Amino acid sequence: MDPMPEATPKTEPTLRVLIVDQNVMRASILEEGLREAGYVNVTVLREMHNLMRRIVDLDPEVIVIDLENPNRDVLEQMFQVSRVVRRPIAMFVDRSDTDMIVAAVDAGVGSYVVDGLKKERVKAVLDMAISRFHAFNKLREELDNARQALDERKIVDRAKGILMKQRGMSEEAAYALLRKAAMNENRRLSEVAQSVVTAASLLK
Amino acid sequence: MNPAQIEHGTTVVGFIPLLDCAPLAVAVEKGFAAEQGLDLRLVRETSWANIRDRVVVGHFDAAHMLGPMAIASTLGVGHLKVPMAAPLSLGLGGSGITVSLGLWDSMTAEGASLSASPRALGEALRTVVRARERAQRQPLTFAMVYPFSSHNYELRYWLAACGIDPDRDVRVIVIPPPLLVDAMREGQIDGFCVGEPWNSLAVAAGVGCIALPTTAIWRLSPEKVLGCRLEWTQRHPDRLRALVRAVYKSALWCEQPENHAELSRLLAEPRFVGAPAEILLRGLSNRLCMQPGGEPQRLENFYLPASRLATFPWVSHALWFYSQMVRWGQVGFDPEHVPQVRATYRPDLYRLALSGTAAEIPTSDTKIEGESQGRDGFFDGARFDPNDLSTYARKAE
Repeated sequence: MDPMPEATPKTEPTLRVLIVDQNVMRASILEEGLREAGYVNVTVLREMHNLMRRIVDLDPEVIVIDLENPNRDVLEQMFQVSRVVRRPIAMFVDRSDTDMIVAAVDAGVGSYVVDGLKKERVKAVLDMAISRFHAFNKLREELDNARQALDERKIVDRAKGILMKQRGMSEEAAYALLRKAAMNENRRLSEVAQSVVTAASLLK
Repeated sequence: MNPAQIEHGTTVVGFIPLLDCAPLAVAVEKGFAAEQGLDLRLVRETSWANIRDRVVVGHFDAAHMLGPMAIASTLGVGHLKVPMAAPLSLGLGGSGITVSLGLWDSMTAEGASLSASPRALGEALRTVVRARERAQRQPLTFAMVYPFSSHNYELRYWLAACGIDPDRDVRVIVIPPPLLVDAMREGQIDGFCVGEPWNSLAVAAGVGCIALPTTAIWRLSPEKVLGCRLEWTQRHPDRLRALVRAVYKSALWCEQPENHAELSRLLAEPRFVGAPAEILLRGLSNRLCMQPGGEPQRLENFYLPASRLATFPWVSHALWFYSQMVRWGQVGFDPEHVPQVRATYRPDLYRLALSGTAAEIPTSDTKIEGESQGRDGFFDGARFDPNDLSTYARKAE
């Protein structure tokens, strides 16, 4: 669903884009996306050391920074007061960009654009950043879920082991007992398993 | 107010891990919010820019906000123009200027001492600055946390009043609070102005000395506010009223000495400030260790969450902040700005929320700052008359 009536914004391969992100995976996902789209001047900064110096050297036209990065405040002041950065960089301060800012903040993207650069010229970059950050967030969520599932399986295995040893049960019987207790008490299987493990450690 | 009348829904408030987020933490943890029928959820943030952006886009209903940030947003300086409302001040004071041990040594060689006046400290610093200039060494670097902040303005005010040009004689840069101690240890910065517990943490880490609390520059000086989008306050008057009441009561609780130990343990939790409780206790109890290994020293009215009308959003505070925005070139003086600045601080909403309670509420919206020397004065004896803003701003320019 594309709410914008105009055609997909054109990419501009020579636009200098800087990604400031301490998260290696997220930065790579965005960098890759931009390169696939044909951008050739994409730089990723993971180190915050000498941020100012690097920005002066790279002279980026668009900067994308993740909202988790406390150095956002450092960047903003640089852009505001710096006489060193050749072309001061400003955020979109035009009221018409509110939708874009809302979408960016929702995705966890902070973005800065060289003053005077036409909105149409950078829209594709920002759209890409927003969609890649969303993709990363989804990935992270899936990873968290997978990790949680693994943790839960481990705890259930430990509870089964305790029951098998202490009550001389088979693995199937131990599992069935845990499931039954969970259903009777209307609790998650992993919660019941956790209480078995806790109780066993107290009784040791 | 009947709590049942408040519309359903959670009120989300963003905060930065600093000592003066205390009343917000207490509002949730000690039940003051619930008492007002308010479902209050706090979200810890990592940068002031995030606080601003997430209030602007509506992720947060309100936030622990730098007073000048609310004004900048109303005026559209540096970012989107989104009118803000500050119905309550989150206390007075609580910040300090810390210098590296190396700079402190140079300053003491020029006559500075821990009990010296802000004037004498500034003059010692000026001598150090001039000597470096003559020796053609790099200028000293001072850090603060955000361009639109009391810390930026108070640091600059002190430097300028002591004959040091903050834009020419030294460098003033932004560094986020959690990175300040390391930056000082690595010699990237020679001093910083920040809220607690970061000054005390630098002392505890053995990398800096607290040269002076900002309350020595301006007694009873303002800091953060509860900042909301104006539009939100109009849409949710009942929630706003409950929020102001809850935070007001929490601020009273925070100031009681018998609660300080419990409060310091609460704030020490990683979900709030995440610093050692004994360090947080220093600022809360107005007893700071000024230098590594030093004895705690009593600093009268260093941090006041509630007393001395600390929660009242004085419009004269907003106007002083604006005068400093003009003074340091962040915005050009414009008579049309003045009513917008005045309208950002909302004593009327404060009164509306707290009428019928035991709260002491001033009848005036402004006061002449520095009028009662020794009570709320500037260290250089200056007077700020909010009705004579243009003269003050022009004089300082």
